[in-house]
Amino acid sequence: MVPLFFVYFALVSILAGVLTVALRNPVHCGLALLTLLLHVSGLFVLLNAEFLFAVQIIVYAGAILVLYLFVLMLLNLKTEERHLHQRYAITLVATLGIFGELLLLVLRSPFGGAKGDAPTSAVLEVGGSQAVGLKMFSDYVLQFEIVGIFLLGAIIGAVVLAKTPTISDERP
Amino acid sequence: MAFELLVLAVPALPLLAVILNGLFGNRYSHRVAYWLGCGSVGVSFLFALGIFAEMLATGATREVVAYPWIFGGTLTVNLGFLIDPLTCVMLLVVTGVGFLIHVYSIGYMHGEEGFTRFFTYMNLFMVSMLLLVMGNNYLVLFIGWEGVGLCSYLLIGYYYDRVSAAKAATKAFVVNRIGDAGFLLGIFLVFVNFQTLDYTTVFARAGQLSTGMATTIALCLLVGAIGKSAQIPLYTWLPDAMEGPTPVSALIHAATMVTAGVYMVVRNHVLYDMAPLALSTVAWIGGGTALFAASIGLVQNDIKRVLAYSTVSQLGYMFLACGVGAYAAAIFHLMTHAFFKALLFLSAGSVIHALAGEQDIRHMGGLRAKLPLTHLSFLTGTLAIAGIFPLAGFWSKDEIMAHAFVHGHYALYGLAALGAFLTAFYMFRLTYLTFYGESRVEPHAAGHLHESPWIMMGPLIALATLSVIGGFPGVPPEAGWFHRFLNPVVGTTGPAEAHEGSTGLLPTLMGIATAIALSGWALAHYLYKIRPAAAHELADRTPRMYRTLLNKYYVDEFYDAGVVEPLKRLGAVWDWFDQRVIDGVVRAVGRLTETSAAFSTLFETYIIYGSINIIGYSNHLAARVLRRLQTGMVHHYAAIIVAGLFLLVHLLWVWWTGSSSVGLAAR
Amino acid sequence: MVPLAAYVVVSAVLFATGLIGVLIRRNFIIVLMAIGIMLNAANINLVAFSHYLDSMAGQVVALFVIAIAAGEAAVGLAIIIVVFRAKIATNVDEINALRW
Repeated sequence: MVPLFFVYFALVSILAGVLTVALRNPVHCGLALLTLLLHVSGLFVLLNAEFLFAVQIIVYAGAILVLYLFVLMLLNLKTEERHLHQRYAITLVATLGIFGELLLLVLRSPFGGAKGDAPTSAVLEVGGSQAVGLKMFSDYVLQFEIVGIFLLGAIIGAVVLAKTPTISDERP
Repeated sequence: MAFELLVLAVPALPLLAVILNGLFGNRYSHRVAYWLGCGSVGVSFLFALGIFAEMLATGATREVVAYPWIFGGTLTVNLGFLIDPLTCVMLLVVTGVGFLIHVYSIGYMHGEEGFTRFFTYMNLFMVSMLLLVMGNNYLVLFIGWEGVGLCSYLLIGYYYDRVSAAKAATKAFVVNRIGDAGFLLGIFLVFVNFQTLDYTTVFARAGQLSTGMATTIALCLLVGAIGKSAQIPLYTWLPDAMEGPTPVSALIHAATMVTAGVYMVVRNHVLYDMAPLALSTVAWIGGGTALFAASIGLVQNDIKRVLAYSTVSQLGYMFLACGVGAYAAAIFHLMTHAFFKALLFLSAGSVIHALAGEQDIRHMGGLRAKLPLTHLSFLTGTLAIAGIFPLAGFWSKDEIMAHAFVHGHYALYGLAALGAFLTAFYMFRLTYLTFYGESRVEPHAAGHLHESPWIMMGPLIALATLSVIGGFPGVPPEAGWFHRFLNPVVGTTGPAEAHEGSTGLLPTLMGIATAIALSGWALAHYLYKIRPAAAHELADRTPRMYRTLLNKYYVDEFYDAGVVEPLKRLGAVWDWFDQRVIDGVVRAVGRLTETSAAFSTLFETYIIYGSINIIGYSNHLAARVLRRLQTGMVHHYAAIIVAGLFLLVHLLWVWWTGSSSVGLAAR
Repeated sequence: MVPLAAYVVVSAVLFATGLIGVLIRRNFIIVLMAIGIMLNAANINLVAFSHYLDSMAGQVVALFVIAIAAGEAAVGLAIIIVVFRAKIATNVDEINALRW
């Protein structure tokens, strides 16, 4: 069963990704992105990451994507007649080529690493969220705080950038 | 030691006068100048007397070396002096007669602007002549030789603002130079053969020479003598040299310089005795010149020119004497000639001075009453030169002719006799035309007529006395005190004086000589005193001969056309060559330099500056190319970032970890 | 069982897609979306390894990534709004005032 779901989620994710970058209408791209996000979270489920699955849908699909769509609607962009750069082909081919090579390299090399201390059974015992929490607030507290500050900075930056310019903002 | 000092002082004193008068003469009065000039020569004369006394006492030939001059290598030459009887005679003549002429010049050149310059040059002449006669090697002789040539140039051209004087001076120097070229060849040959230039060494080893080499050397030296002593063919400068002041003519061309050639031949008699061909050349040139010059002197109208030709003629006699082997007789005649020729020139100078510069005898006459003392001295000189017994000229000239006859040179004797006749004739002609007869003096000169001051008359009287008694040291001929004095130098190696069995011959020859002289006088007396018109009639009846003689046989014109003009044209050719070819080369070098300079400028501008500018340009170029990266387009930057990232990852993966993308197929 | 390699391949392909989108699209907002795709691909990779290596670290970091994606989206969109207000353009290749 699991492989089937995996194949479905993976294929649709890839398809949705391709559509996101290939569609002409930005709103259509946004919708494709939504599809992608949902299916990626499906992949998370298959990997026993329930917390992340939930967070993905709530934050990424529910907040970030909505934000994208808000701005898209706000700007009310017209569909351009050219949605890709000039000479996009060369970039496409080059990137595909390099990436293909890197992928082959990756698959050829042995991967694996040291096993951690949280096998699936242990995780299922405490529950996904708790497991994440336990790890985050013990080993990764500093990073957590830093991300928090980063988000603060982002908020302030976004607010400052996007607020309506008042008369005092104008240069004399 | 004292003797050496005496010897060195003789030329040194006039040299000192030259330096003082030459460098500082314009700072003091003429009186100081002439005291220095005459005084130095006078003291030299006294020292010469001292040397003479020493020579009489010891009779030894001495050499005094003043300065070791050239040494090293094969050539060693000292500035040295040789004192032997010949030198003593020459010293006395040069300093004695020179002193008298210097004293005379004080009066003659009085008031001249170049007074000090005159005495400087005269003293320089004395120095050169003394070096010439006193030198103990050919090089010192040559220095004196050239020195007297230079001084004759300076003194003949004394009146430098006169074109004729300048030309005459140049002519004298150039003709002398031609002679000197031959002279130098002779000196070179002497050195080549003997490796030394000292007289003593050369004469001692002269016997080693082959006859041919001796003849060559003798002839080369003779060329110099011909130039210096105005023999045929290099005599043309002497008559023109009369452009100089009269004391100059007296000193240089009568008493001293021209006799340098005779002295040289006598000094080198060892060489000449080995070369009979050279000796006969000397004799014939002498004899020929004697007659030739006498013939020209017959019809000249300038008082000094007549005396000049007579000098050339008398020098011919001296050469004739040398040529027949009578070296002592040549020197004897040199001495007596110095006396009476100087006397004649100075008297002529007195006449010219009295007539305010008139020199043409056609404008003289009847001066006997106005200038008695001058007349007396001039007459004395004329008697002496004509060879009237018992004045000095008789003894010396007769001795020459007798020696020639006795040794079988009858043709030369004939030449000499004819020359003596002509000499007597033209000298008395000169005397009569100047002092006797109707006065033909121009009015402007007549008012000036007065006897010369005592400073000029004194030397005249002294010279007249010498002309009278100066012959007696040489009496009897070939056996007098003079000959015995000179015997160590000239007597023993010459052809033997054979007088045995000819005791009756000598008085006969003396009588013939006197007869010749008297007949010459008689003819002149007839033509110029008794019937003056007869001279003109004679001239009119033989117009062509008269004109030829008057124009000196056109020799000067011949030389001009034959020698001078071609040389001038050759000079023009060299000038063309110099201007076009040599200067062309120089200019080409200049242009080459210019071109290379232009080239180097180009090089500097384009290559050096270019290479410096290239740094800037390449910077510019690089910037222009790399600038294109800054497109301002963000996606371009993104692409570059991605590319760089991939490159980094690839490098890291492939090189660092060691796996290779090439081995993909194998895995 | 799905092999780890499969997840890695999926992640790689999604990442490539996102990268291509960043480099090709003219619309800035779509570019931001493409960046979001790349971040998601990274997340998949992290979680997959976390699962297969029995570690929670992957999930924790994936959480952080999502947070950062949010921040980046916000700031990026704010910039777009500023640019749009200044009437320059919203197409990436028209914002080239900083060219040489």
